[in-house]
Amino acid sequence: MQPNDLDRIARQIRLRDLQAVFEAGAGHIGGEMSAIDILTALYFRVLRVSPDAPKRPDRDRFILSKGHVALALYVTLAKRGFIPEEEISTFLKPHSRLNGHPNCNKVPGVETNTGPLGHGLPVAVGMAKAAKLTGAGYHTYVLTGDGEMQEGSNWEAIASAAQFGLDNLTLIIDHNRFQQGASLKDTNNLAPFPAKLEAFGWDVTEINGNVMDEIVPALEKRGARPHCIVAHTNKGHGISFMQDTVDWHHKVPNAEQYKIAVAELSEAL
Amino acid sequence: MNAVTPTAKLHDCRDAFVSVLERLGAENSRIVAVCNDSVGSSKLGGFKSKWPERLVNVGIAEQNLVGVGAGLANGGLLPFVCGAACFLTGRSLEQIKADIAYSNANVKLIGISSGMAYGELGPTHHSIEDFAWTRVLPNLPVVAPCDSIETAAAVEWAASYDGPVFLRLSRVGVPDLLPEGHKFQLGKANLLRDGDAVTLIANGTLTHRMVKAAALLAEKGIEARVLNMATVRPIDVDAVVAAAHDTGAIVTAEEHSVYGGLGSAIAEVVVAETPVPMKILGVPGIFAPTGSAEFLLDEFGMSPSAIAEAAIALIARK
Repeated sequence: MQPNDLDRIARQIRLRDLQAVFEAGAGHIGGEMSAIDILTALYFRVLRVSPDAPKRPDRDRFILSKGHVALALYVTLAKRGFIPEEEISTFLKPHSRLNGHPNCNKVPGVETNTGPLGHGLPVAVGMAKAAKLTGAGYHTYVLTGDGEMQEGSNWEAIASAAQFGLDNLTLIIDHNRFQQGASLKDTNNLAPFPAKLEAFGWDVTEINGNVMDEIVPALEKRGARPHCIVAHTNKGHGISFMQDTVDWHHKVPNAEQYKIAVAELSEAL
Repeated sequence: MNAVTPTAKLHDCRDAFVSVLERLGAENSRIVAVCNDSVGSSKLGGFKSKWPERLVNVGIAEQNLVGVGAGLANGGLLPFVCGAACFLTGRSLEQIKADIAYSNANVKLIGISSGMAYGELGPTHHSIEDFAWTRVLPNLPVVAPCDSIETAAAVEWAASYDGPVFLRLSRVGVPDLLPEGHKFQLGKANLLRDGDAVTLIANGTLTHRMVKAAALLAEKGIEARVLNMATVRPIDVDAVVAAAHDTGAIVTAEEHSVYGGLGSAIAEVVVAETPVPMKILGVPGIFAPTGSAEFLLDEFGMSPSAIAEAAIALIARK
């Protein structure tokens, strides 16, 4: 699938995500909008996965370590055929399998349960190491938030990925520069990331994480070391009044704001 | 039935663990050992020399240790994740909850040197909270074998069980109690001696002390039932209810805090099903003073003679 088609799908996913947040009255819309281009590129271009056989042993692995943007993953999985599209309307409803953080035992396509931050990368290291031990050809991808990189467990995993020579592992940091309560810069500023990852023995690529022409080649890049993509993104990307403000970490638009946001995303379609 | 007699020879249950792990490892190349720099203390040297590539050592990084274990299982391997129980459970409890139990990952967590095995090293190295922490987690069986025979059987069972397991092992020498060829059954207690005056229930390093306490009681004409209850979760409800019903009093002992462990799990059944007097022996809610595991168990009232005295006092309350 080409970048133009991917852009169109990403906009459709944004629109459905926005609608679901508005209807459920909850969600993490800012971080969802920042990550949706990456999710789209993964599921509609890069990942070798089969909605009909979600547990196929040689499937590529993807872990959404920033599990609080589960809704963006659900919408993407639905659009890719892993779950029915109409099921998105059950998001956060009683007994829905689509709760606020993804559950691998209920939702096909989800590999491991995330929610507490700093869990996805160690599990991804185990997946990539397993491929090395068994000779499997799959590639493992994991998406973290930039604030999430404050969790020490990530740095344990980063060190071991280099030690194990995991050239079959790609970490994508959704660097939208905001965490729940403030900017990364005003909280515990790990940026700039590249030199830190390189010091641990990783290859690093910096991209605009909301531009398909940059996302796709970065995800498809292969080298001799574990690969980190520092994806510079915008929190709330695609909706003008949400963009780059800390307020929209998990705020829900009111009716008027919703109308404006729908109009903006629809126009782009 | 004939009462079980403890063997004179004492066994380090880690030897039984690695012996079975290496035998199974030869049959099943999916088995990998994962450790946190604990090749020596987990006795994984033999496994490493046989299959160096299948020994995944993440270094001193327990959160990563457990997460990597979950990922290895996702990739089709059968990981035995080994580390000192105090660090394995305490340092990575959230990984055990989210990555292993909630994700239902087929990972075997092997807590080495549990309880107060590292006695003199002090409370940082004691693992007397791990039953409480792990037995509240859905999907995660919690098992503390009492001797080398049950350890071997439990490792064999864990390898064939499709799902996560927490196996709590000690390094303190214990006599063998169970018969050669014993098969481990999850959630099933073993009757080691029968009696009707009181029931003594324990697991791990305390079971042989219970057997010895029962022998002391028998000298006084008091016949105690002795149950080895390796499985803390799921607890053997039938055996507990029968013990309460048949003997009217239950003494428990464990190398764990008196709060939240085996005794608590049994008490939860007793109060709901057949209330009878109980005495829960263990570490009495304090950080232990300096001393070896054996010294501390005696210090906390778990020598065979002190257990027998506790049983006599409890019987008086029936």
